[in-house]
Amino acid sequence: MTALLTIIVLVFILIAIWQMVKIFDLAQAKNENSQVATDKDNTLNAYLMMGFLAFIYIITIVCLVKWGDLPLMSNSASAHGPTIDNLMVISMVIIFFVQTVTQFLLHYFAFKYKGEKGKKALFFADNNKLEAIWTIIPVIVLAGLIIYGLNTWINIMGVDESDDPLVVELYAQQFNWKARYAGADNTLGKANVRLIDIDRANILGIDEADPNAQDDVITTELHLPVGKPVLFKMRSQDVLHSAYMPHFRAQMNCVPGMITQFGFTPTVTTAEMRETPQMQEKVKRINNIRVENSKPLLAKGEEPLESYEFDYILLCNKICGKSHYNMQMKIVVETQEEYNAWIKEQKAFKNSLIN
Amino acid sequence: MSAHADTHAHEDDHGHHHKETFVTKYIFSQDHKMIAKQYLVTGTIMGVIGVLMSMMFRMQIAWPEEPNVLFEALLGKWAPDGVMDADIYLALVTIHGTIMVFFVLTAGLSGTFSNLLIPLQIGARDMASGFLNMVSYWLFFLSSVIMVISLFVEAGPAAAGWTIYPPLSALPMAQGGSGMGMTLWLVSMAIFIASSLLGSLNYIVTVINLRTKGMSMTRLPLTIWAFFITAVIGVISFPVLLSAALLLIMDRSFGTSFFLSDIFIQGEVLHYQGGSPVLFEHLFWFLGHPEVYIVILPAMGLVSEIMASNSRKPIFGYRAMIASILAIAFLSTIVWGHHMFVSGMNPFLGSVFTFTTLLIAIPSAVKAFNWITTLWKGNLQMNPAMLFSIGFVSTFITGGLTGIILGDSALDINVHDTYFVVAHFHLVMGISALYGMFAGIYHWYPKMFGKMLNKNLGYIHFWITAVCAYGVFFPMHFIGMAGLPRRYYTNSNFPLFDDLANVNVIITIFALIGGAVQIVYLYNFFSSIFFGKKATQNPWKSTTLEWTAPVEHMHGNWPGEIPHVYRWAYDYSKPGHDVDFVPQNIPLKDGEEELQH
Repeated sequence: MTALLTIIVLVFILIAIWQMVKIFDLAQAKNENSQVATDKDNTLNAYLMMGFLAFIYIITIVCLVKWGDLPLMSNSASAHGPTIDNLMVISMVIIFFVQTVTQFLLHYFAFKYKGEKGKKALFFADNNKLEAIWTIIPVIVLAGLIIYGLNTWINIMGVDESDDPLVVELYAQQFNWKARYAGADNTLGKANVRLIDIDRANILGIDEADPNAQDDVITTELHLPVGKPVLFKMRSQDVLHSAYMPHFRAQMNCVPGMITQFGFTPTVTTAEMRETPQMQEKVKRINNIRVENSKPLLAKGEEPLESYEFDYILLCNKICGKSHYNMQMKIVVETQEEYNAWIKEQKAFKNSLIN
Repeated sequence: MSAHADTHAHEDDHGHHHKETFVTKYIFSQDHKMIAKQYLVTGTIMGVIGVLMSMMFRMQIAWPEEPNVLFEALLGKWAPDGVMDADIYLALVTIHGTIMVFFVLTAGLSGTFSNLLIPLQIGARDMASGFLNMVSYWLFFLSSVIMVISLFVEAGPAAAGWTIYPPLSALPMAQGGSGMGMTLWLVSMAIFIASSLLGSLNYIVTVINLRTKGMSMTRLPLTIWAFFITAVIGVISFPVLLSAALLLIMDRSFGTSFFLSDIFIQGEVLHYQGGSPVLFEHLFWFLGHPEVYIVILPAMGLVSEIMASNSRKPIFGYRAMIASILAIAFLSTIVWGHHMFVSGMNPFLGSVFTFTTLLIAIPSAVKAFNWITTLWKGNLQMNPAMLFSIGFVSTFITGGLTGIILGDSALDINVHDTYFVVAHFHLVMGISALYGMFAGIYHWYPKMFGKMLNKNLGYIHFWITAVCAYGVFFPMHFIGMAGLPRRYYTNSNFPLFDDLANVNVIITIFALIGGAVQIVYLYNFFSSIFFGKKATQNPWKSTTLEWTAPVEHMHGNWPGEIPHVYRWAYDYSKPGHDVDFVPQNIPLKDGEEELQH
């Protein structure tokens, strides 16, 4: 039935197009109907070009105003975050400047030099000076961006072990995350997926004989003390995953058979982040939407959507299978005291095993 | 002298060739013009499938998990009660990417126009090897058929993303699509690569050997330069993907461990030991990145040619255009690592790839400015092909600029694999290359079919498509910068992204309109073959050789002798001539100087 309806609609559309073509053709003088653009077409399309330029500018402004309070360009919650955000802002300014100017030139020329019968174009084939100008200017701008970018990159990726970072393992599997803390010795015990023993609840394949492993702590929430450098060691047991922590400007793939790493220092606790005006406004906006979305649910007699409270999250950002879209872990950034209290409540690895 | 004798021999051959049957003329044809049309029609059919898929998954993103009659009708068991299944969502995304990148924009674009234009524009009777050319098309056809068949297998088509990273793509237990669907995907791609290599070798040999008298390399139209260099990149990089595909087949079916190590899945440890998925990423992107230039360079060539012709002006900076094509081609092979900044690759390598990647902006900027300058003080004929060319420059700039964010490793950390990337590459290589393809079709349709496309339908097609393309991909940058990952079946599990849901609805509406308006184009394309206005020999008053050939197709392209070439391809509005174009086969007047371009 649906197929039949679809076919009928399609047929009607085709007939409509056919009729439209006939109207166009009838509206045109007989000798003009060569399907090559006439002066009239040139003028019409030249004006449309200017209209289109306006459209590009308007859509740019609308996007910036409506969705430009980019959480990813401000409000970072890690020590290196502002350096990325700065570079992002600089790049964005350059992009918008170049975009505005070049789109203007392109569309304005298309408007200004629209074809007219009898007019002859300027024979202008070459100009080395111009070519040099628009080779050298990009070279200078890009040189600046490259130097700034590489400097930022090296600072972020170079982990300074002398900072005595808190070592945490992020462990990925279809479709959830685990965190493993190194315990008092701050050294993770050896691990390999071949040592996984589900019956004994050794789910991360930790070497039970390794002394460093005994005080390791496995959790399903990621808690981080504020202001303390943390070094993540990432593992995956099955397919590629990617640990994406957008608020901390952090991302690294988790690769089976290999340990990857990424380090950063969280600078804003969850509680502080919730208090910022930007976040409060965002949460309010989201909750209004959720109330709105709950109405049809309530009408059907179902539970309404839960009200939202801000939390940092860790998302999977590398396609990993059916439930890729729901592979997340809550991140809590808290004071050192709160962190100490929380970690004390967690079971050490040696006590979590089932014998 | 001997070249001259050859030409004569060829003509004699051509004089009494065997009578053609339907099969040799339309199906197993060795004529480059027919093969071009076959590529175009096959590419168009694949394009319709690819675009329909994008319509479906866009609807799922905008209205997640809502029943949809279209899903029920098209997806069958994959949409119980009309609600799209999460597995098929990933499959649609995967096959959409594969089809659009390889089957439409590589074979459909480069295959069509390289075949059509190389012999006609360089003044050759046909490709160097008509037989290889035919084999190339039929391998492409076979790979298309296998790809379409893979949509119907029990456990679903390949669903690991078009980049098919193992282990997801290697392990059938990791997802349904990694079973038979992935096997067929790999087989299809292996055949596709064989087709592409045969085609490319043919293009290279033809351009180098079969140019007519007087057609020096610096008199070639930019289209030919673009096709030539594209073929070179293809020959360099496609074999690497073939090797990756073969090694992946080994891992999947013969128990080797090239890309796999230490895997525990569904309660058991697998035997794989010592391989690395990152190796696959290197091999994949060694093709994968040049691939985007394989897609965009032919479009650039077509646009350069069409812009010059419709501006009635020489292309600005002909030599700089060639130099930038060469620079892009060279750089394209040493930037693949920018897809892997957060793959676990050594950060130092990341620095190197940032450096090489951002360098590509320089030749790209040169090209963009040269196109804009070509318009300056022109006499612009706003044919549909010209509109699409201007549209190409517009989307190429918009999409290209965000490349300096993604190519910068420090910034990539946070926008990697978000919708920002989707917006970037769709504008800079997807939409731009499609525009290039449309421009080419509108411009060379008279050459292909001897008929004109309806220009008014062309205008409707362009303007609605242009608005929709920006409507879809411009806002997408912003949801990407807000941190929304790509390839999510639904975002409803993340209240954090709730306020982006309405953006996704707007994007989908633009996408649906933009998709629907392609019906206008398809109608125009197919009805004009039969009912279109008869074309004249040189409807756009262009200078290149293909417009000196008769409208009716014939084997050998020109009756009698092949035209000789006396000037470059861009003598538009040259002072000292009464007409505003001087075809390449017109000898220089007494005292006329050829431009030292």
